Amino acid sequence: MSDRVGVAKTYKLYIGGAFPRSESGRTYQVTDSKGAFLANAAHASRKDVRDAVVAARKAFPGWSGATAYNRGQVLYRVAEMLEGRRDQFAAEVASAEGIPARKAQSIVDESVDRWVWYAGWTDKIATVLGAANPVSGPYFSFTVPEPTGVVGVLAPQESSLLGLVSVLAPVLATGCTAVVVTSAERPLPAITLSEVLATSDVPGGVVNVLTGRAGELGPWLASHGDVNAIDPTGAGPLGRVEVAREAADTVKRVLAVPDDDPDWTATPDIGRLRHYLEAKTVWHPMGV
Amino acid sequence: MSMWEYAPAPESRDIANLKPEYRPFIGGEFAEGGGEPLKTVNPATEEVLAEVGTASRADVDTAVKAARKAYDRTWRKLPGSERAKYLFRIARLIQERARELAVLESLDNGKPIKESRDSDVPTAAAHFFYHAGWADKLGYAGLGPSPKPLGVAGQIIPWNFPLLMLAWKIAPALATGNTVVLKPAETTPLTALVFAEICQQADLPSGVVNILPGAGDIGAELVNHPDVDKIAFTGSTEVGKQIQRAVAGTGKRLTLELGGKAANIVFDDAAIDQAVDGIVNGIFFNQGHVCCAGSRLLVQESIADELLTKLRARISTLRVGDPLDKNTDVGAINSAEQLARITELADSGDVEGAQRWTSPCPVPDRGFFFAPTVFSDVEQSMRIAREEIFGPVLSVLTFRTPDEAVGKANNTPYGLSAGIWTEKGSRILWVANKLRAGVVWANTFNRFDPAAPFGGYQESGFGREGGRTGLEAYLHV
Amino acid sequence: MGVRTATLVAMSSATLPVALADATRDDASLRRFLHGLPGVDQVGVEQRAAGLGTRSIKKAAKLQAIDTAISMVDLTTLEGADTHGKVRALAAKARRPDPERPDTPRVAAVCVYPDLAAIAVEALAGTGIGVASVATAFPSGRSSREVKLADVELAVRSGASEVDMVIDRGAFLEGRYGQVFDEIVAVKAACGDAHLKVILETGELATYDNVRRASWLALLAGGDFIKTSTGKVSPAATLPVTHVMLRAVRDWYETTGELRGVKPAGGIRNTKDAVRYLVAVHEVAGEEWLTPSLFRFGASSLLNDLLLQRRTQLEGHYTGPDYIAE
Repeated sequence: MSDRVGVAKTYKLYIGGAFPRSESGRTYQVTDSKGAFLANAAHASRKDVRDAVVAARKAFPGWSGATAYNRGQVLYRVAEMLEGRRDQFAAEVASAEGIPARKAQSIVDESVDRWVWYAGWTDKIATVLGAANPVSGPYFSFTVPEPTGVVGVLAPQESSLLGLVSVLAPVLATGCTAVVVTSAERPLPAITLSEVLATSDVPGGVVNVLTGRAGELGPWLASHGDVNAIDPTGAGPLGRVEVAREAADTVKRVLAVPDDDPDWTATPDIGRLRHYLEAKTVWHPMGV
Repeated sequence: MSMWEYAPAPESRDIANLKPEYRPFIGGEFAEGGGEPLKTVNPATEEVLAEVGTASRADVDTAVKAARKAYDRTWRKLPGSERAKYLFRIARLIQERARELAVLESLDNGKPIKESRDSDVPTAAAHFFYHAGWADKLGYAGLGPSPKPLGVAGQIIPWNFPLLMLAWKIAPALATGNTVVLKPAETTPLTALVFAEICQQADLPSGVVNILPGAGDIGAELVNHPDVDKIAFTGSTEVGKQIQRAVAGTGKRLTLELGGKAANIVFDDAAIDQAVDGIVNGIFFNQGHVCCAGSRLLVQESIADELLTKLRARISTLRVGDPLDKNTDVGAINSAEQLARITELADSGDVEGAQRWTSPCPVPDRGFFFAPTVFSDVEQSMRIAREEIFGPVLSVLTFRTPDEAVGKANNTPYGLSAGIWTEKGSRILWVANKLRAGVVWANTFNRFDPAAPFGGYQESGFGREGGRTGLEAYLHV
Repeated sequence: MGVRTATLVAMSSATLPVALADATRDDASLRRFLHGLPGVDQVGVEQRAAGLGTRSIKKAAKLQAIDTAISMVDLTTLEGADTHGKVRALAAKARRPDPERPDTPRVAAVCVYPDLAAIAVEALAGTGIGVASVATAFPSGRSSREVKLADVELAVRSGASEVDMVIDRGAFLEGRYGQVFDEIVAVKAACGDAHLKVILETGELATYDNVRRASWLALLAGGDFIKTSTGKVSPAATLPVTHVMLRAVRDWYETTGELRGVKPAGGIRNTKDAVRYLVAVHEVAGEEWLTPSLFRFGASSLLNDLLLQRRTQLEGHYTGPDYIAE
């Protein structure tokens, strides 16, 4: 036999730029769409959520304080790195989602394009959403959008890569940092994406990726006092209600999402960007 | 010259056209409310002003149905240019009845007539003027070519700026094509019901605006009504959280404008006299019943003594008393309940070791009054530095460096507003950028304009009111 | 601007706090001090002035304000066409502003050009009403130091009890503060016992920051009063400018314990305006300043309106100018 024995990858969490195992020591089996074993993924716990939020908060001043031009370049770099791993992602998406190789390839391409689309928004969104306010008085008043802070993202359960990128990239484009809970059943493309992020120019802690159950981790993120906004997409219709309730105690921003996952291949609008931005209005007198 | 005392210069209360009875406004008519009537009190004298019919739970349903009918049959079909004209009419009618509204507001709320006359009422009219213009230009708001209204909006407003908060809520809702059911605060329902008369005078189609006086249970009923598409609430963070919880999972759109504990940061190079005026305006405007009040003064240590001396001297000139007196600077606390809360929180300042200074100004024997108060030697951990007092009580803390100032300013779950006083332009922009607050006033304080978005970060709520941004709250985006 | 080497004339700095005494040590110190004063925000001060301007002064408070204002008037004539007769008529008016109502207070002073000061002194002898003379090449101040001092000497020699000088605005705007300071000190010395009012001509200083600096400069140099304007430049006195100057004398008092005065001049024509100024005096500087020894109105037509309003208050109906003697 000439076939060598492959070296299997251990899939871990991505927190603060490092790849730790779950603090709980838990793992769960990930299978392909037909039920064949693919890997043991780390099964993140509430304490992993806690650590990830700490990492995301720590990374927030640097990421939000970077120039929009710089953030755009970093996001474009993610697209470049993803493009370089097209085949790996296509294979993972195909096995995770049970779709033909060609379709998977096309999804990877769209995922790359999505990073590019959001990369271009970083230094334009303030122009589109900001304003010079024509107030009646001797004042200059302007409104600028600013990132809301740490965002909890419950990624879509079905669309393992394009869905994930579609919900994560807008968070980063605004200057927010993210704690992502991946699709539970299809986490491998997300883990590979975190390897891309780790080797691109995204600073550690800006994105933190937890593999596990949105139903379990979502409420912890939603009730966490140091998380500013949450995207409940991956929690499903029932889980979203619980997430929304838990979010109320800290007046968290909860993204309104449709009952059924949207068609992720459709061109997005700026709704998600808008949701993660706070309008800040500044006034100053005009005098001599 | 012997002591120069300003003679009383009261505005005549007859101008308010006070009626013995007011009733809910449902479907274009004043209706007999099914709730227990309430007696609204003049907080400056504790005398009953009028009996006000309140809504029952069934009335909430009737009002929502009326609003829905008006939405489906009339309002949503009306071209924006026609909606605009109704809003313009309302703006004009507010201006025409400005004096009446101002006196009524001061009677019911306790705020000084100079504020209701020069600030609340004109700004309310301005909100209708501003939003009227948007009604047929929504396609230019950057929210898509033809943004659609949400439907029926349930709106709940507080007692601190009764008519103005009504305008902040109703003007954008109507301009964007929604109909509304609004609940004014229990202690200040009168100007909202005069506003209902104005809607009649403007020939506004029946049901487009419904006004339901009542207590918190009526607000809750409105929040939970299944046929309401949108809730807009201004009030306490505590109630805001309850509402957010209640609408979770219902698909109702929500905007919240909640509490605050704003830092007013004074650097050592500030234009000190204007800073003193700004601090006074920041905390004593409207008796401090302002969610964005500059209730925490952060002053650079190198000028703390000088500033405090000037501040106390300036505060001593504030005239506390009859809200209808044109020379009154600080009026009555809105209710006995609020007065008790202010008193309790101020007492906690004593207990926790802060130094209390109270203005030596005379205070009326009758009515709900609280003399302007300044606490120095305040630490971040004290209740008076963390909790919203919503009264004429200022907490003074010091800092040494810009980083420390920003750190202390942001060290709160709230994030509504903040002030910066310095003559250095680059420092203003640096600090403004670092502050986690929705409104930052630099070298001024408490400026409001319909063209400028207002709203908070974190537990001060979400969504904005005013400006192009404010339209989002009432449109499908 | 050339480097100025002359040292500043020493003032009676022995009584001043160290910080202020140091301020006048030399040109550079003076500049540092004046530029170290806190800024004045235009929008803020104008807003405060407008806010206080809404005070509603009625009934007894109004009558008291009118009488106070009358007693603070520097009844002024500063025309090229002034004659002995005009000055005597003015003096008569000063003594008995409303002959039909002898309880009407007398004005504080009559203000004239220096060549007519002697006429005014003679006409007011024994009344206790002051004679103020403008001097120092009023209104422009554009002449030599010698000429200006000669002007002052003429006024003082003629018996003027008060001298209203103008500062050298050109020097001030060029930043030659020491020169302006020295000139005020020299004029003060030439005044002898006469009180010195220093006219800043705020309409030419352009910014409130400059008004504050010029106010402190004049106070440091020994001016008994700081005065807004000559009345020959527009804008003359305004409420916000007067706010800044009232604040300056208040701060001077807090620092030194000395009370100095303020005189707005020009443009104050009616009772309503005057009452607004008194409210500002009351609430910005403080009640101590509500006296003719610390606050004056430089005005020519104001007095008649005060008298008309006084009659309205006392008689309960409106009256007309024909009933008040010119």
